[in-house]
Order: sequence, then structure tokens, then C-alpha cells
Amino acid sequence: MHRWDTKGTPYALVAPFFLVFAAFGLFPLLYTGWLSFHRVSLYNVDRAEWVGLRNYTDLFTGQVAHYFWNALLNTVTLGALATIPQLLMALGLAHLLNYRLRARGFLRTALLAPYATSVAAATLVFALIFSPEGGMANWLLGLFGAGPVQWEAGRWTSQFAISVIVTWRWTGYNALIYLAAMQAVPRELYEAAALDGASRWQQFLHVTVPALRPTILFTVIVSTIGATQLFGEPYLFGGQSGHQGGADHQYETLGILMYDQGFHSSMLGRASAVAWIMFALLLLIGLVNALITRRLRASQ
Amino acid sequence: MPRPSLPRLRTRSAVLASAALASALVLTGCSSSGDGGSPSDGKTTLTVGTFGTFGYKEAGLYDAYMKQNPGITIKENPTTVEGNYWTALQTRLSGGGLDDVQALEVGRISLATSEDLADAFVDLSDAPGVDKKSYLPWKWDQATTADGRTIGLGTDVGPMAICYRQDLFKAAGLPSDPESVGKLWAGDWAKFVEAAQRYQAKAPKGTFFMDSASGLFNAVVSSSTVQYYKDGKLAYKDSPSVENAWDLAAKAVQGRTSQGLKMFDTPWQTAFSKSTFATTVCPSWQQANIQQFSGPANKGKWNIAQPPAAGNWGGSFLAVPSSGKNVDEAKKLVAWLTAPEQQAKVFQKVGNIPANQAAYDLPGVVDYKNAYIGPDAATGLIFSTAAKAIKPAETGPRAGDLTGAFGTGVLLMEQNGKSPAEAWNATVRQIDSTIQ
Repeated sequence: MHRWDTKGTPYALVAPFFLVFAAFGLFPLLYTGWLSFHRVSLYNVDRAEWVGLRNYTDLFTGQVAHYFWNALLNTVTLGALATIPQLLMALGLAHLLNYRLRARGFLRTALLAPYATSVAAATLVFALIFSPEGGMANWLLGLFGAGPVQWEAGRWTSQFAISVIVTWRWTGYNALIYLAAMQAVPRELYEAAALDGASRWQQFLHVTVPALRPTILFTVIVSTIGATQLFGEPYLFGGQSGHQGGADHQYETLGILMYDQGFHSSMLGRASAVAWIMFALLLLIGLVNALITRRLRASQ
Repeated sequence: MPRPSLPRLRTRSAVLASAALASALVLTGCSSSGDGGSPSDGKTTLTVGTFGTFGYKEAGLYDAYMKQNPGITIKENPTTVEGNYWTALQTRLSGGGLDDVQALEVGRISLATSEDLADAFVDLSDAPGVDKKSYLPWKWDQATTADGRTIGLGTDVGPMAICYRQDLFKAAGLPSDPESVGKLWAGDWAKFVEAAQRYQAKAPKGTFFMDSASGLFNAVVSSSTVQYYKDGKLAYKDSPSVENAWDLAAKAVQGRTSQGLKMFDTPWQTAFSKSTFATTVCPSWQQANIQQFSGPANKGKWNIAQPPAAGNWGGSFLAVPSSGKNVDEAKKLVAWLTAPEQQAKVFQKVGNIPANQAAYDLPGVVDYKNAYIGPDAATGLIFSTAAKAIKPAETGPRAGDLTGAFGTGVLLMEQNGKSPAEAWNATVRQIDSTIQ
């Protein structure tokens, strides 16, 4: 082989990824950044007018500030509502599936079914369940004598409903990741713990969870990123007013705010500013993650 | 106007994503934009972008046109919800990939004829076979730019009537034949709200007089000559019709005479089949919804009456983007589709009232009766009379967005429990932040 071959081939092989990344990752990122300093409408992108930081000040203190802070808060509360129970349930499920069960293989595969379902289909079904007109959720409440709830209209009820959809879709996925990590925990540790008289719950707390710490951190990060970008579920859940996250913006997330500003109000500049703020937020989360990981490693 | 078509959204983005990936891998900049215009074996394919129900397929018009013009194939790209359709259309105006023919809703026509967008569409006044005089004059003017180019030909208008449940009216002790029902509220929307209170006092359990206060709001504004704009400026804050409509909607909400449904959403559709409300504002295109959602079990229970005031709600245009590859063929098709004979056929099939007034004199239009809704009511006469009585209102570039914002604003009173003042302030804030 020529020297050129051995040196060049690896570059040629990794090139497709970087070319596609440049075209669909880097370029849009920079272009969005450029747009965020302009006043530009969706149907006339060629006619952009430089406005400096106005789009950002509009978001923080100006005309849209009310909606921006509301969306930021919703992103946090919806994210917490959807992520925390989801990961706890995934951990529990994985622990159960780690035992010798009948039909274990089937159950493990079934875990992935919700994840494989499309957002649209899942949201449609849950929108029907939480519908004020003959929805299953209100029927269940009725059995206990509780009055019908307008799920979509209330801030907390709507956020609860949406977090149920997110949780339903992602719990199995995370459970499989935990399960894989659990399989790597040496059997002897459990046997030793059992000999010492530790119950299964104690084994879970003192053997499984510490061994899974890096995996848990990983899923927390991935779920946080997912929660920051939450869009499809609330958008589709809202039907006609989904584009603004409900009539009262009661479940508007940053992702929906970006869509509403850009594609509903055709203010592309402002939407780009939201996109960049989201990007900055994700970088921040990444940074915190790096710090925590380093700390964990140091403490081990 | 109805619900989002979810599967369609998904497929489109999936196709876009894979197309983008494919073109990136072969590193070519140009991918085929849509399926129009490839003149293989001497055939021309025309694509038509629509939303809601235009009825061309249902009335067999595409097939008829292709038979008459052997070189032409027509493909329709339908979308359910107008909002989604318009968003996609705006994106493609700068990005490319428009259909040869694009439908435009009346709320968008002023923006489409404005300086910003008018150049994106061709002038249709000189299309073969177009007779300006046969279109409703105000409809023609709506689609004409300041410099006299007509960029859209009217397909239908939305004259309003009131559709009501005869059985529920009877049960609540109200008169139930169309004539006396029309007299209940003749001339004034305030009487409609009074009738609502009379109904609600003796209403069958679990039923409401109207489906949605936003529907009432929209109907009141739609039957006024001053709506959201005045002298070319946004004037909704001082518009008497907006104020009146807001007060009436608030009254309807406070009297619990409205079921509080979001029009076009799934619960609204379900409520039709469960017979939980007694009236709905009935622009001509609403007939199709009533029949579809109420289902065969409720056949013969609906009837139709004159509205408190004549007005127009909805209606569309067909336009030809100037970037298309088959502009001449597309113009011919649009002219043919909006000609009186074709509009009459669409009306008989799906109930859209023609924008081409010459169609009213054709058999089967004025004497039309709807077998599902009030089989004895003179439906064709009610709608064509209402269509001719419509007084044009000034519209503006963001009329469609304002309609949406106010619809949501009324929902704030109705579903979110806001006081009229709180809801009004939230609506104004919403409008100020999106419309300048």
C-alpha cells in the first residue's frame, strides 16, 4: 500500500459524516445565528434587515418577554414532570426484568414498543384519553365520583397529561439501557449481599444503584436534552391551539415558541434567536454534566 | 380549517429528510422540486395544493378535465388544516417546491395581493374563458392587486345560516320549524343570545344551546362591514363589531349557553354525534361537517334557518404561482375549475356555495335541498340569497391571523375561566407580539 492510501483512506471513510454534518448541522447553526440579528419574514428571506440585538432584547424584556419566560418555565416544569418519574419507573422496571421471569425475552422486547410508536400516533391516542368529551381519564375519575376535568385548559392538568405521553414513550427505552448496565454487575456481589442477609430492596439500593451511577447520569443528560427540545407532544396535543401551547400558552415550551414565532407569525429572526438561546442552554447542560462526571470520577 | 392531518405532516417530513440525505450523499445541489412539470412522453402533470374540502375530486372534475385534455394529468396535494397548509406554502415561497395551482383562503388573500407577495402569483384576469362579470364583484376585487392584477379566482364563499337541532328545540319548548326559528333572532345577534338563554332555562339535560362561543364571535364579526381593518390600518380595538361580538360571546359564556368546544378539534367532532348542543353557525361549507360528524343516527334531526344577519365566513381562491413550469396549462385549469358549471357540480356534491354567481341560476343550485339537513328546507335558496346579500368588508394582510387570535381569546373565557377583561388583555398582548 502506498503511504497516501494508509493516510488518506481513514479520512475518506469518515468524510461522509463530516460533510453531512457541515451541510445539515454546522451551516444551519451559523445561518440561524446570522438570521437572529435580522428582521426577516418567512416568505421573503432575501429581504433581511439588520436589527442588531433587538430580537434578543424582545425576548428578554420586550414584546415577547411574557411568552419567553413563560415558555422557559414550562420547559423546566414539563421537563421535570416528564423526566423524573420516567427514570425512576425505568429503574424499577429494569430491576424487575433482571430477575429470572417467565417470558422475560418477550417482556424485554415489549418494552421497546412504545418507543417505536410515532409521536403523532401516541399523542392522538392520549389526546382522546384526556378528551373532555367521553375521554377515558374523565370516565375513570367519574367512577370515584370526581367531576370531569378540562385536562387541556388547566396549566398543571395539561402539563400532567403531556408528561404522561412522554413518560409512556420513553420509559421502556431507558429501562433497556438500565437493564444492559445491570447485566454487567457481577453476580457475586449479589450473592455476597444475600449471604449477608440483605433483602432484595437492600440489594437494589446498595449494589445495583451504585454500580449504575454512570449509566443513570447518562440517561439524565439525554432526557434533559430531550426535555429541553420538547415539541411534538405538546404541539399535537393542543390541536388547533397547539402552535402556541394552548389558548393561554399554558404548556408552551421553548420549542413551540420557536415554531410559533417562525412559522406561525413568520418572524424568522425572532425564532432564530429562540433557537440560539436553546442551543446555549444545551451547552450549559453539557458543561454541568462534564463537571459532575469529573467529580464522580475523582470521588471513586 | 378542520383538524391537523397528523399522518400527512409526518410523511412529508420523513420524505423531506430522506430526500435531503440522499441529495447530500451524491453531493448535488438540485433535487426535483415536487413531481410537476417533467414533460416525459409529451404529458404534463399539474399539481394542485388544497386544504379542507374543495370537492373537485368528489365531483369528478379532475377526471373530466383529464378526459377532455389527454395530455394532462392532475394530482391533488390535499391538507386538512388551513393553518398548516398556509405555513407550508409560505415556507415554499422562498424555498421552492410550490404546486402548479395553490388554493388561498380568504383570510390570506390580502397578504397574497400585497406588494410583498403579489409577484409570486400570475395575473389570471386574462386566462382563457374567464368572465369577470360572472364572479361576485367583491370576491373578484378581494383578489385584485392595487395595480389591477387578479391573482386568484374565487372558488366559493361562506354565506352563513344557522343549523339547529329540531328535536332539541322542541324539547326545550322553543318553536322548531325553520321559519319561526329564523324569526326568533331575525335582524340581531343579541336576540340569538337571548334565545340561547330561553333554551338553556328548559334545556334537555346535558345539552347546550351552542357549540362554541368562538363560533358566535366569528359569526358576529363576519356579518359586519367593519371588521378588523379600517382605511388600510389595523383597527380592531375601536371596531364596533369586534366589541359587540366580544360582549355577546362573554354573555353566552357567562350564561353557560355554550358547550365551550374548540371548533374543528376532535371533542367538537365527537359532540356532534353525542347530540350535546342545539345550534351551530352554519357557513355553507359547514353542512359537510354536520353530516359527517353527526352520522347516520342523527339523520333528519338537523334543520337550517336564516341567520340574524347576512355575512360571509370563509371561502377560497385558486392561484397560480409564477415560478411554476406549466403556468399556461395551470391558468387554463383554474379558469375551468372556477367556471359556473363546475362550481355548481361542487356545490351539489359537497355544499360549497359558488363564488361564481352565474352558477346560482343553474339547475340544482337555487332549488337545492340537503337530504341530511332539513330535507324540506330551501337550503339552496337560503345560501344563494345570503351570498348575494353579503356586503363586502375591508380585510387586511393579517386578517386570517386575527381571526385565529380572537378565536383563541374567546376560548380563554370559555375554557380557561378568564374574565372578559383578562381575556381581552391577553388577546391584545398576543396580537401586539405577533402582528405589527
